[in-house]
Amino acid sequence: MKDQSNRLVKADPFYSMCKDFNAFHAKVYFENNRGVKKMLHYMGRRLSQLIPVLLGMTFIVFMLIRAIPGNPAQVILGQQATKEAVEALNASLGLDKPWYTQYFSYLGGIFQGDLGVSLRTKLPVSEEIFPYLAATAELALFAMIIAVIVGVNAGIISAWFQNSWFDYVAMVVALIGVSVPVFWLGLMEQWAFSNQLGWFPTSGRENVRDPITAITHFYLLDTLIQGRFDQFTEVIKRLVLPGMALATIPMAIIARMTRSSMLEVMRSDYVRTARAKGQKMFIVVYKHALKNAVIPVLTVIGLQTGLLLGGAILTETIFSWPGIGRYIYDAIGFRDYPVIQSGILVIAFIFIMINLIVDLLYTVIDPRIKYK
Amino acid sequence: MRKKLLEIKGLKTTFFTDDGQIPAVDDIDFSVHEGEILGIVGESGSGKSVTSLSIMGLIPSPPGKITGGEILLDDQNLVTLSDKQMQKIRGKDVAMIFQEPMTSLNPLFTIGDQLKEAILIHNPKWSKKEAFARAIEIMKLVGLPRAEELLKDYPHQLSGGMRQRVMIAMALVCDPKVLIADEPTTALDVTIQAQILQLMKDLNKRLNTAVLLITHDLGVVAETCERVIVMYAGQIVEEAPIQEIFVNPKHPYTQGLIKSVPDMRYKKDNLYSIPGSVPKPGSIQEGCRFAARCEFAMERCVQETPPLYEAAEQHKSRCFLLEKQEVEQHVESVVES
Repeated sequence: MKDQSNRLVKADPFYSMCKDFNAFHAKVYFENNRGVKKMLHYMGRRLSQLIPVLLGMTFIVFMLIRAIPGNPAQVILGQQATKEAVEALNASLGLDKPWYTQYFSYLGGIFQGDLGVSLRTKLPVSEEIFPYLAATAELALFAMIIAVIVGVNAGIISAWFQNSWFDYVAMVVALIGVSVPVFWLGLMEQWAFSNQLGWFPTSGRENVRDPITAITHFYLLDTLIQGRFDQFTEVIKRLVLPGMALATIPMAIIARMTRSSMLEVMRSDYVRTARAKGQKMFIVVYKHALKNAVIPVLTVIGLQTGLLLGGAILTETIFSWPGIGRYIYDAIGFRDYPVIQSGILVIAFIFIMINLIVDLLYTVIDPRIKYK
Repeated sequence: MRKKLLEIKGLKTTFFTDDGQIPAVDDIDFSVHEGEILGIVGESGSGKSVTSLSIMGLIPSPPGKITGGEILLDDQNLVTLSDKQMQKIRGKDVAMIFQEPMTSLNPLFTIGDQLKEAILIHNPKWSKKEAFARAIEIMKLVGLPRAEELLKDYPHQLSGGMRQRVMIAMALVCDPKVLIADEPTTALDVTIQAQILQLMKDLNKRLNTAVLLITHDLGVVAETCERVIVMYAGQIVEEAPIQEIFVNPKHPYTQGLIKSVPDMRYKKDNLYSIPGSVPKPGSIQEGCRFAARCEFAMERCVQETPPLYEAAEQHKSRCFLLEKQEVEQHVESVVES
């Protein structure tokens, strides 16, 4: 067969065509380039749509937190403070002005990249927030990587061997996974793996006796940059328990979504075509079927990543994780208005950006999806 | 006579469902000879597609399973092979094209990717360049213009006819001995249908690839095939060369099918159709499966299953009417009444 084909190849005018091959590639490059331009255009439009969403959100948050009883000056000065002292502090914080004056000065600041100053620590929120954000991001990404790897594969294998014992076990586990309360799971993990087995530290992001010098505030990166591999393993160990607790729900959702999406695709004609070509089942499943099944899964992954980055307050509290959820939660206790407002704004922005990235990934996967 | 390439002996494919066992293909025998075009005709549900998928080893399992018989390709029994061994045969020795060109190509990979994949599966040592060259060559062979550019296209950028040509190209790219075409033109409009059939005939002549053409359309059979098998409710009811089947059909079902083909010369108010419908799989009982719809049905037809009678050379039919004695008796009784 091969010999025959080679002979045919040499006789074929294709050889002369090979000379035009470069010109052909140039054309493809040009077309791809046009695709990039289109994508940039789409991104620009999506980002401009972002502005009213975020504006509306700042307004709602601004009004809501002022509806909470109590005010920052009272919290700062304590219960015994005189009325005069509270009023004086309120005035110096600018909280005596009408709400619209406060709102517009806050908005004005945001447009200049100023997220306000914490009432409690007197530090700019834009500086203060970053370590917390990094702590949450590191944990959330760690959790999502576990969730995606385990969830997607469990879903694929369940669909591949539908109605097998693996399928049943995986789907029951996934059902438990979506229903189990995270705080309970976190506590049980601490009890089992830390208290009883002693494999992992109970809580915290670093060993307080051996603090990590922060550069990027992503400790996995920081320890690597500094070549402190002992600290690197320590950081990983401390990520495992909260990471697993946080990964459980997304993992279960991803597994179920992957399974149902794959089941549909596995029945499709092109999967049968791929098998009819003589392709190995593994490649049929992981190449032909998965790529077609992945879009709804990707949507779920994006939403779940956004949720985790939004701060998993329960998990962060149980594991004493200095993340953004804890940061905002503490700020609520102090009625630290700028921190609450800007913290939520940052989370919302990240959430929207992740979903934008997911939308853009659709076009990379499916050539039929076009952005106008 | 030409050499037998593919021989099916007593093939039984059963679907195990909650409602019981359904024998979709029940004890069929036939063979495909080198370089011939063999047609399988029948209504939906007659077991044509299950037969072809059984040969490919692609019966959805569960619930389907080959429960008996042999599929011999060059004296190798495909039924006993593992899926891994079948992978080496699929696409290389036996290739298949499907009914729906719109959905049979993977929408997320370019035509080139999918063609090259088909080449590289069975020729793993080939370089990408060789595969590319072969892809271009086969695209030209199936009459696709601008092959180089088409390879960069995705399936949704092609028309139905072009996609079916791509499917044919993909099936023929490794020079299979047998090509199974499962209703390849059903989803296409009539002009494209004719082109695709012509293409298959040409390729059959040029490459000497045997073709097993599955269709419900007698017109397609008349245009393309050399020999025909008529299937009904999982069984072969008639097998004959193309001339025989149209001029001298023996089985009442075949006669009915031919009568159902509209004829431009005679304007009739109603088109003929065989009364009743194909028995539901699973509800099949003893006796001739067509008896309930047959205008010549006798008592005997309900009681025992007729064997395949040799009506003429190469012409077989599963009908008691072919027993001379029976015919005479039956004619007598009809005359009397």
